[in-house]
Amino acid sequence: MIQINRKYIKHFDWYIFLILLSISLIGVFTIYSATRPIITNVQQNYYTKQLLWICIGMVGLIAVVIYDYAWLRKSAYVFYIFGIILLLLVLLIGKKGMGAQRWIDLKIIVFQPSDLFKIVLIVALARYLSTIRYQLTKGSFAIALVLFGFLPFALIIKQPHLGTALITFSIFVFLALSKGIEKKFLIGLTIFLAIVVPLVSKTMWNGLKEYQKNRIVAFIDPAIDPKGMGYQIEQSKVTAGSGMIFGKGYLHGTQGPLRFLPEKHTDFIFSVFAEEWGFVGCTIMFILYFMLFIRGIDTALKAKDEFGRYVSIGITFMLFMYFIINIGMVLGMMPVVGVPIPFMSYGGTSTITNFLAVGILINIRMRRVVMVY
Amino acid sequence: MNRDYFEFFARIVLYVISGFFLAFVLRLYQLQILKGEDYRTTSISNRVRMFMKPSPRGIIYDRNGEALVKNKPFFYVEILAGSKGVDTVSLAKLLDIDAKKIAAQLKKEEKNTFKPIVLKEGLTFEELARIEARRSDFPGLRIETTITRQYVYNNVGSHVIGYLGKPTQKQLERVGTALITPEMFIGQWGIESMYDETLRGLVGKEIIEVDALGRHLQVLESVSPEKGMDIHLSMDIKLQKIAEESFKKQKGALVALNPKNGEILALASVPSFDPNDFVMGINSEKWALINQSKDHPLLNRALQSAYPPGSIFKVLVSVAGIEKGIINRNYGVLCNGGLTYGNWRFGCWSAHGNVSFPLGLIASCDVFYYLVGKSLGIDTIEKYSHDFGLGVKTGLSIAGNDEKKGIIPSLAWKKKTLGKQWYLGETFIASIGQGYVSITPIQAAVMTMLVANNGQKYPITVLKQEGNVKPSERLKVRRQTFEWVKNAMYGVVNDPRGTGRSARSSIVAIAGKTGTAQVVKGKISSSRLKYENRDHAWFVAFAPLNDPEIAVAVIVEHGGHGGSTAAPIAKNVIEAYMKSKTQ
Repeated sequence: MIQINRKYIKHFDWYIFLILLSISLIGVFTIYSATRPIITNVQQNYYTKQLLWICIGMVGLIAVVIYDYAWLRKSAYVFYIFGIILLLLVLLIGKKGMGAQRWIDLKIIVFQPSDLFKIVLIVALARYLSTIRYQLTKGSFAIALVLFGFLPFALIIKQPHLGTALITFSIFVFLALSKGIEKKFLIGLTIFLAIVVPLVSKTMWNGLKEYQKNRIVAFIDPAIDPKGMGYQIEQSKVTAGSGMIFGKGYLHGTQGPLRFLPEKHTDFIFSVFAEEWGFVGCTIMFILYFMLFIRGIDTALKAKDEFGRYVSIGITFMLFMYFIINIGMVLGMMPVVGVPIPFMSYGGTSTITNFLAVGILINIRMRRVVMVY
Repeated sequence: MNRDYFEFFARIVLYVISGFFLAFVLRLYQLQILKGEDYRTTSISNRVRMFMKPSPRGIIYDRNGEALVKNKPFFYVEILAGSKGVDTVSLAKLLDIDAKKIAAQLKKEEKNTFKPIVLKEGLTFEELARIEARRSDFPGLRIETTITRQYVYNNVGSHVIGYLGKPTQKQLERVGTALITPEMFIGQWGIESMYDETLRGLVGKEIIEVDALGRHLQVLESVSPEKGMDIHLSMDIKLQKIAEESFKKQKGALVALNPKNGEILALASVPSFDPNDFVMGINSEKWALINQSKDHPLLNRALQSAYPPGSIFKVLVSVAGIEKGIINRNYGVLCNGGLTYGNWRFGCWSAHGNVSFPLGLIASCDVFYYLVGKSLGIDTIEKYSHDFGLGVKTGLSIAGNDEKKGIIPSLAWKKKTLGKQWYLGETFIASIGQGYVSITPIQAAVMTMLVANNGQKYPITVLKQEGNVKPSERLKVRRQTFEWVKNAMYGVVNDPRGTGRSARSSIVAIAGKTGTAQVVKGKISSSRLKYENRDHAWFVAFAPLNDPEIAVAVIVEHGGHGGSTAAPIAKNVIEAYMKSKTQ
């Protein structure tokens, strides 16, 4: 046991772990600042809760790291079936809130299965892809599309949770591409989509909920502003922009605590950071994230097997998608899609999920060489 | 093969990731560095609001301590430009204004999220209650208060008191927004404008930090408003009322001065206006009605209109004639109803026969003054006129900078303005206050005052003077001259041959002089002329003869003969004033 531990410590990916820790702690500090009290003197306990989520995430991460990820491969499909059942449960008995049904109340914690589901999906899809010898054929693509593409997409969009549904589906597309699709089939598929997508998107648009439409409209033309969605974008730009080069200084941001910025400690936490730390701070933050993603890709390239490769690249892609959708929204470059920024935003399920995901990355990297002791 | 493909794929992914990061950094550069300053400003204006605390204006009292104005709250409703989802149609219905206008205003100020847009002003209490009840339906809607006036006596004295109005862009720039704001009312006419700085006080302000819900978090800076200073006018509102009513709907002006200190006791210009119409946000129809009225009610005739003085000018020519030694005990002329000079004949209104002083003034003989004027010369007449305040602005700015100067002609004046030489005939005409000569009613009052108080000059003021007023200079005119002219003026009113007998009073010794200023040349009796061609009627007077306490000048536009229309008005005012003094 002691020997094993030493081996772990030696090969443990401290690099990615430290990046993760840095971003998370900066996140806690920013949450503290964003939720500073203004009328009373009582500091809201968001930051302590977030610290708790980080600790739980850390424990989870270590738990994930300890055993060779081979067990993950073995039980991938079981997890996947379990995950699909959970998504169904959400629809049946889930807790409603803010016009959507996304949460399951476990009495102790309320959690959002769609968050955790993405990892389950990546793992299951990676296993499926690793069993295929060459590239995806028409048949294997169709099976994957139905089981790992459409099925979860339909269940999540029904909640409704547009952002997550789109990210889930994009994970499928991305992993399918990373495996490779037969050239002839790929060309045919592309032509087919070019014709069908415009037709389908119109029906889709009509199927969207009013607030979802509003978000897209507000983004395209904030002046129309049907329900004040443009306000969020505008205030987020004001918050980030007012940081200027060096920022207003820690605990000197005003937009968050005075509530001009909605969702200040969750989706828009990066604006608050940008307000207080300015261009310089943001650039440093970007470098940290960049290093994290590069490390993820590197892990995929060095993985000892195909399963590890697809899991790594899938996890990296998932984190990256959250990152760009969030930053794009915060900087007013993309529509307001309520997704958190990984590791910084307040939130239990997403924090823990992301820690587990990084744990898997570390696990794969650690076991990239077949070690003989 | 599969491994190669994945490496290729990973490289593409790396490029894409790098591309996104580059785009994000560029975007941050744009937001935080290129436009950072603007966003910083917006973030400050987001959280900081300035609220004006209006300062109560000083009260204007008349000479007896009667309050002429009251302060009253003025309510207006405004909405923040950045208000979201405003139902303009029902808001327009609530406020009874045009929905399109609201939408247009909101659109125009769209970018200035927290800029208040005034939607309706001068709310009545019913409107106030109705809006207040539904305010929660319209986020960003708020009712604000400032201070305006109620003018207790409505039309009476409105040309002296003036009125308030919203500051113009020019005024805002000149005075500075630290002292006045676009929302508040400032003096725009009369005393309100002349002493605006005194009356205004200091506007208070409160700079408050607010959150997104508009809740006040903390006061960053607070300045309490300071009430303006009260003003005590020399005007007697009761006398003013009598003066204005005495005109009986005729147009004209009256100025009554205190010869002992230069106070204005009454200053009427009729028709007048109700200043209350202005302070509740006058509507354009009403404004047009007042402004374009043929009667020009906004014109302060006492200062802004110059008329030919007619025979009241003879008072001045008499003073000059006596001073220059032309008029003396032995001086006499023969009036046979006119004077022939070269090819010209200058008429007199009656054939007076042998005329000397004081009969010349009492009977207002034109021939007498033609000849006195001829001996004096126009330049001497000009000098004495200016000494007695004729053709000189009083500098009283109750009519803003619009006081008329009037004209007293001279050789130089004609050369300069008309480029022609002076003719003796023009001296004749000027000597009876016709021709080029024109003066304002307040100048006539100043002349009368200076005769009454033996040439003691005082600055003309609308403020009540306490104690003894330090006189400025005294005119270098012999006392004897004044006595003689004053006695002659007493004769005008009290002598059987006098033209101003209708001013004769049983309670006070009034001295005066009538004047009839021709509007068109001719010998037709005024009553048969069209109204606008009828003569202006003048009367100047002071009383009591021995120790004058009031000097009055009256003009009735197109009133015909001064003795019949203007003199009774002067008498009314003088009697009312003397009665009030003995009470």
